[in-house]
Amino acid sequence: MALLSCQDLSLGYEGKAILEHISFAVNPGDYLCIVGENGSGKSTLMQTILGLHHPLRGTVKTGDGLKQNEIGYLPQQTQVQKDFPASVWEIVLSGCPGRQRLLPFYTKEDKRLALQNLEKMGITHLKKRCYRELSGGQQQRVLLARALCATKKLLLLDEPVSGLDPKVTAEMYQLIEDLNRKEGITVIMISHDIRSTLQYATHVLHLGAEVFFGTLQAYLSSSALVGLGREAGTSHE
Amino acid sequence: MNEDLILFLQEPYFLTILLVTVLIALCASLMGVTLVLKRYSLIGDGLSHVAFGVMSVAIVAGVTNDMLVVFPVTVITAILLLMGGQKRMIKGDSALAMVSVGALAIGYLLRSAFPASAANGVSSDVCDTLFGGLNLLTLSEEKVRMCIILSIVVVLAFVLFYHKIFAVTFDESFAAATGSNTTLYNLVIAVIIAMIVVLGMQLVGSLLISALVVFPAMSAMRVFKSFRSVTICSVVISVLCSFFGLLVNAVCSFQYHLEIPVGPTIVVADIVVFLVFSLMGLFRGRRTA
Ligand SMILES: Nc1ncnc2c1ncn2[C@@H]1O[C@H](COP(=O)(O)OP(=O)(O)OP(=O)(O)O)[C@@H](O)[C@H]1O
Ligand SMILES: [Mg+2]
Repeated sequence: MALLSCQDLSLGYEGKAILEHISFAVNPGDYLCIVGENGSGKSTLMQTILGLHHPLRGTVKTGDGLKQNEIGYLPQQTQVQKDFPASVWEIVLSGCPGRQRLLPFYTKEDKRLALQNLEKMGITHLKKRCYRELSGGQQQRVLLARALCATKKLLLLDEPVSGLDPKVTAEMYQLIEDLNRKEGITVIMISHDIRSTLQYATHVLHLGAEVFFGTLQAYLSSSALVGLGREAGTSHE
Repeated sequence: MNEDLILFLQEPYFLTILLVTVLIALCASLMGVTLVLKRYSLIGDGLSHVAFGVMSVAIVAGVTNDMLVVFPVTVITAILLLMGGQKRMIKGDSALAMVSVGALAIGYLLRSAFPASAANGVSSDVCDTLFGGLNLLTLSEEKVRMCIILSIVVVLAFVLFYHKIFAVTFDESFAAATGSNTTLYNLVIAVIIAMIVVLGMQLVGSLLISALVVFPAMSAMRVFKSFRSVTICSVVISVLCSFFGLLVNAVCSFQYHLEIPVGPTIVVADIVVFLVFSLMGLFRGRRTA
């Protein structure tokens, strides 16, 4: 059974649709890349999957034992306030399931989970550091560790490499690929980076005037790619 | 030292005021970071004006314990504002501005029209409500009890919801996306802020509450880097400043026969600490840079 399935979704703001008739399904272990030009509704779709935004029409269903609150999320350009005084440890811990309980403290299990994910992201040494004093790449790792605390199954990433230099970008993609291949975590990623899409994705969802959903192979032989190639060309000015 | 002063400092009356002052200052400092970073400072400010209006109505109507009226109305206003504001931020903002300025005008109008109408024969000064006037006349035993109970409730609520408040303040959409009941937590935050406003009003008056809430947190944020250390540091700053303010007040009164208001004294102490911490932050930054 599919981990996540969207049926005939229409998305929009204040009654006006920006995307219509979106249907796709994500199976355990998939690596789905969502591509499309700026403003095509990629982030809106992701927020709909997360339940932060209500679709105008259609349904989002989770399956295969995945609960709505077991989805890890890495927001686009952290809206996290710039001046916020928070240590890396506090932030990663805030992703743990303990946050949902009524208890006013985190359990030992939560702390172990947080530690484990710090280690996975290779940022254990930053544990006590202040979040706002970290570099962009380090901050993304912290937020990815937090997202990992919230899920064992499905990770939603909204442009995880925007603003990172090529070296750090490659590291970030490597981390995400490892999570997908080695840990079996299903990944849905929004990306503007056509090369990485082709390199890592198993499935592609192309949003725009022409909506495409299918495997990477099908995508490569479809016409939608031509459109994206053109976009990629213009966006790298 | 003046002997009268020493005697006065040991009187139960002074000790009661000290207890109330410290408790209120402690509560006020708890939500500082959240208020500043969630842009709720406006709500805090607006609420204090509403509380002023309601308090004026209560005083004119001759209610002896005005807190009994001010408290529920302020909490309800906080909830309404938050609910309205969440849907449409801009509309929420202008609604807030209208309510807050309106309450201020109506309150002042009422107080001027009925200057000495307090039922217990005490004509209370508008200035006291605006800038705080903690003294024997306005501090009935009932009020002391209410302040203590409210303070304890605020502290308990804060401790109970500490991690939730952190999560919602730091990244609300992540919290909501991963299944936290952010509506509930925002509500809790609003109610705690309302309680702090009502409490703080007793100490520093409705115009200065924001200072009591914001300054300790801003000071702490200059030097400390984690949410927990900032919270603890703001509490310490706030408590010490309020203690110091009260002491200065007593000394001035006995040594120099100078009656200065407690509220502004505490706020000035907070400001001084803020300046010192800003300097410390600067030096620290330079050393690590
Ligand atoms: N809160 C909002 N209210 C009204 N319209 C919105 C809102 N947020 C986004 N939109 C509109 O919805 C459309 C899709 O926005 P969205 O953020 O989903 O695009 P995106 O594909 O993520 O773009 P980008 O690549 O720049 O991140 C845009 O045209 C935008 O103007
Ligand atoms: Mg986007």
